Amino acid sequence: MGGEVNATMLSAQIRKERRSAGASAFLLDVAIEVPSGITILFGASGAGKSSILDCIAGLTRPDEGRIVTDGDVLFDAAARINIPAQKRRIAYVFQTLALFPHLTAEENASYGLSDLPEKEKRERVDAILKIFRVDKLRRQRPGEISGGERQRIALARSLVTDPRVLLLDEPLTGLDADLKAAIVDDLRAWNAAKGIPILYVTHSRDEVDALGERAIALHNGRVVSAGSPLEVLNAPRRKKLAQAAGFENLLAATVLDLREADGVMRVRLGDSPCEIEVPLGYATPGSRIQVAVRAGDILLATVPPRGLSARNVLEGRILSLDQRGTMVILRVDCGVTFIVHVTPGAVRALELSTGRPVWLVLKTHSCHLVD
Amino acid sequence: MEALWLSMKLAGCVAAILLAIGMPVAYWLAYSTWRGKFLLESIVALPLVLPPTVLGFYALVAMGPRGPLGKLWIALFGHGLAFTFGGLVLASVLYSFPFAVQPLIASFEGVDRKLLDASAVLGAGSLRTFWRIILPLSLPGVVTAAVLSFAHTLGEFGVVLMVGGNLAGVTRTVSIDIYDHVQSLEYGEASRMALVLLAISFAVLSVVYAVNRRVWTPWAAK
Repeated sequence: MGGEVNATMLSAQIRKERRSAGASAFLLDVAIEVPSGITILFGASGAGKSSILDCIAGLTRPDEGRIVTDGDVLFDAAARINIPAQKRRIAYVFQTLALFPHLTAEENASYGLSDLPEKEKRERVDAILKIFRVDKLRRQRPGEISGGERQRIALARSLVTDPRVLLLDEPLTGLDADLKAAIVDDLRAWNAAKGIPILYVTHSRDEVDALGERAIALHNGRVVSAGSPLEVLNAPRRKKLAQAAGFENLLAATVLDLREADGVMRVRLGDSPCEIEVPLGYATPGSRIQVAVRAGDILLATVPPRGLSARNVLEGRILSLDQRGTMVILRVDCGVTFIVHVTPGAVRALELSTGRPVWLVLKTHSCHLVD
Repeated sequence: MEALWLSMKLAGCVAAILLAIGMPVAYWLAYSTWRGKFLLESIVALPLVLPPTVLGFYALVAMGPRGPLGKLWIALFGHGLAFTFGGLVLASVLYSFPFAVQPLIASFEGVDRKLLDASAVLGAGSLRTFWRIILPLSLPGVVTAAVLSFAHTLGEFGVVLMVGGNLAGVTRTVSIDIYDHVQSLEYGEASRMALVLLAISFAVLSVVYAVNRRVWTPWAAK
């Protein structure tokens, strides 16, 4: 690569162990290069995407590694360098946006410009609010405007500081595709002149294709594939891994028997007594495969369900509930642990709580074979 | 009326001092990740469970001419601390400490951490983040802290009696005054003062509850 590209490149090697009270210690171990333009960081929830952004922004300290941008070392564990977040000049738009609720749009946008003279501050805020088409809302507070407008103001607030890197953590979640595309177009127009590296985190496969110039797929804290969005999503040799990155449940399984006439086969999950039916694949009884299931594709019942077309009903117990925005992540022990996504409304209506016995329903064709 | 004025002056001084020293203490207790934090939290909460006489007793001993505080005070100002207005303020600050610090901790902890992260990545240091983000968003807690420490000081009796004695115009606060009137069977006088104190306490608590319903925070989500 030429020197020109290197000049505006973010490079990060990060190793961080997360020891939680639970059994599973999570290890983040990645090396990524982000050139100027939009790079998508793609993976299921819990793959470590937000942790990477937190490390780059300086909100979390990696155990080991080195983070460099523009030739400046932001973090180097070996050399004991750790520039604090407020000195890194890295913009970060959070999933929750984190707009200051007591400040107006204009005050939010000028928050990062405290060191500038009043006149220049006003000019820069005016310009950025116009670029993101929210200059009419300058006197409004975040509670008084729509979701899309809030997202635009959050972008304006971050970019007005002239950052060297922009980190976006699913900032456009919940917007319809048109609005999303319009905001991304404005972001691209802004970056045409600046050419800074933009790292855009998402768990949506659609966004990878639509938004990114490059993509990095993450699974369980590791990079499983990187390249153009098309390569990462579709290249035959990489398809398996990249696909797995979009799934919250990736389970080792042993093939028990093939029912070719029905187009299915029975597999046993891990070492558990759990048997499920999955689509027929190139496998023989006894061979080891991986089954991937999206957390949102799993139905959950609090009584044993009857009269269903779905073939797989597993009995289990809720291990934990974790609310993330408008989604609740359940961990359910059925011999193997499943991640299930439900809405907060479902949690209330079904009175879901830790330890509660539940039944998981998996359609055969929601079970994807990976290996 | 002299007693009432003295009580108001005492409560005002105590509330102001408690806000000034309560904020850094509450900030530290809300955000520190130190494992031994619970020890300081216990110390802060002690006045809630100790009888005022115990607290007053230790304060009196410390302020006496042989106590560490008393010696220091005499060296600095040439007179003792016990049975003076200054001594009363100091003892009351200790006695009302949890009433100021606990609402502050609760409201500081209630501020969304993501807002603090956002402030940091926008280049603000912790002092600026405190003034521009934490403090405005904790305003109901600050008002609660000020009002509760004011009201609590206004109504204290045991500590005042131990440390202040009963010197008209210097340490005879309204609660002591009421006690005096009752002792000398002046029920009319006592009842008038009691009623005034009741009215003030009610007004002050109304302020706390009104603020905590966020009637004065226009940016609260609808």
